[in-house]
Amino acid sequence: MTKLEAVIQPTKLDAVKEALIAIGIDGLTVLEVRGHGRQKGHTEFYRGREYSIDLLPKVKLEIVLRDEVVDEVVKTILKAAQTGKIGDGKIFLSRMDEAIRIRNEERGADAI
Amino acid sequence: MLYRALRYCCFLLLLFCGLALSAQTVSSPQLADLQRQVTEARGNADNAWMLVSSALVLLMTGPGLALFYGGLVRKKNVLSTMMQSFAMMAIVTVIWGIVGFSLAFGPGNSFIGNLQHLFLHGVGAAPDLDYAPTIPFQTFMVYQLMFAIITPALISGAFAERMKFSGMVVFLSLWSLVIYSPMAHMVWGKGGLLNASLGGRFPCLDFAGGTVVHVTSGVSALVCALYLGKRKDFPSEAFHPHSMVLSFIGACMLWVGWFGFNAGSALSAGSLATSAFVATHFAAAAAAIGWIAAEWILKGYPSALGAISGAVAGLVAITPASGFVDPMSALLIGLIAGVFCFIMVTKVKEWFGYDDSLDAFGVHGAGGTLGAILTGIFASRLINPIFKDAQGNATASGLIDGNGHQVLNQAVGVLIAWVLAAVGTFVLLKLVDLTVGLRVKEEAEVQGLDLALHGEEGYSLE
Repeated sequence: MTKLEAVIQPTKLDAVKEALIAIGIDGLTVLEVRGHGRQKGHTEFYRGREYSIDLLPKVKLEIVLRDEVVDEVVKTILKAAQTGKIGDGKIFLSRMDEAIRIRNEERGADAI
Repeated sequence: MLYRALRYCCFLLLLFCGLALSAQTVSSPQLADLQRQVTEARGNADNAWMLVSSALVLLMTGPGLALFYGGLVRKKNVLSTMMQSFAMMAIVTVIWGIVGFSLAFGPGNSFIGNLQHLFLHGVGAAPDLDYAPTIPFQTFMVYQLMFAIITPALISGAFAERMKFSGMVVFLSLWSLVIYSPMAHMVWGKGGLLNASLGGRFPCLDFAGGTVVHVTSGVSALVCALYLGKRKDFPSEAFHPHSMVLSFIGACMLWVGWFGFNAGSALSAGSLATSAFVATHFAAAAAAIGWIAAEWILKGYPSALGAISGAVAGLVAITPASGFVDPMSALLIGLIAGVFCFIMVTKVKEWFGYDDSLDAFGVHGAGGTLGAILTGIFASRLINPIFKDAQGNATASGLIDGNGHQVLNQAVGVLIAWVLAAVGTFVLLKLVDLTVGLRVKEEAEVQGLDLALHGEEGYSLE
């Protein structure tokens, strides 16, 4: 099993969600996060002082997948989330040791 | 047919006879009674407006100021900031009722009233002919109470996010007695040193409280900011308003409530109230434009915070002038105040480096001082014949009217307000610091005062 984490632009969430549903991916966790890579922030001016805002709002998706479908899911996310500009985000893949369904205690690939 | 017509004619004839018999000439007692009723009706009209004004001014504190200040602080301190305004609504009411009103408006000497109205003795339905001859004295008392409430609440803007609740309660309660009541007495009380309408030695024109409310609270705010010191991590960290939405709502409530503050200071519902109403509104509008323009030019874009701050600055500046100036002067006063306070809050604060968290000094202290001086320039007897000669003819009010000397009198009033506020505040802060304590511990400041002092969170969005 593979864990896929994708940090994307908040405006792309709907497009990515629709695309994943279209290829049959049911399980998804969405987090609102802040961060930056090489994309710079912006400056704000408050009561005579300048402040630079480094951390930008992003959306993070976490999905646990069967190894066979990982390539297709990565392609789908890339297509839906890409704009070509700095700030598009990143996808990380890691190994997942175990998955357990809480309702009926199923384990392994059946639990995803 | 004929029978019916006849019957109708008989009825009319009887009616006419009845009316003719009952008509009499109006006698003297009836005329007196009629006059009494007219006077009562006029008094009721004034009283209706004054009660509405009292409610409007209270609205300015809660929730107006509470929202305005609450939105400007960090989320973890929103409740504690609002509590500071709310506490004044409760505590100052009691102090005022027992002794504060008497010290402010009881007859006494040039500086303070006596205890004639302790426990509101003698303050009932009958009007006080010197202060407000057409409304119950009790209405006057409760109207003035709302001013006594908001004035200390304004100071909380300077020590937001680092003041102990217990220390704040003791400090502001004493402040109300030691600084507010005497200042109110000097400017508005019988025999007051600065009273323009009741024969003060230095008649200072202050229609609704430019010196009494804004200069005293603003200067006190500066002293508090300097005494307490900066917030932890100020100015290296960016402390943003956690909710400009709340501040915006609060500021708009302040604008509307200010009609009670200024137009209500006419203490009647006639044309002077209208004049003050219009001047107030025009000054707010012009000041918002002034601040926005300054911001746009110097910073590159106008902000919502700037717009609402500008409006408040204009309202502060017009407060002493509202019942003495015409609408065009009000526009000018507002415009100047908008630009002046913008500079105070951005440039001057940065030069000196004090942490007046919510710009209580920059807007109220500075704006009030400016407004009080400008009142001496723009006051006109055509709007309000406040000064009269021995024959009862109106004499010149301000500079444009021909009385340039008035600017000096205004300066005296402002100076007294500055000194009383600065010295009095420092002494009270020292006293409270040595007994109850003023500033919260560093851990509390980091955790946030809502949790540390009140065991609550402003938003538990579950």
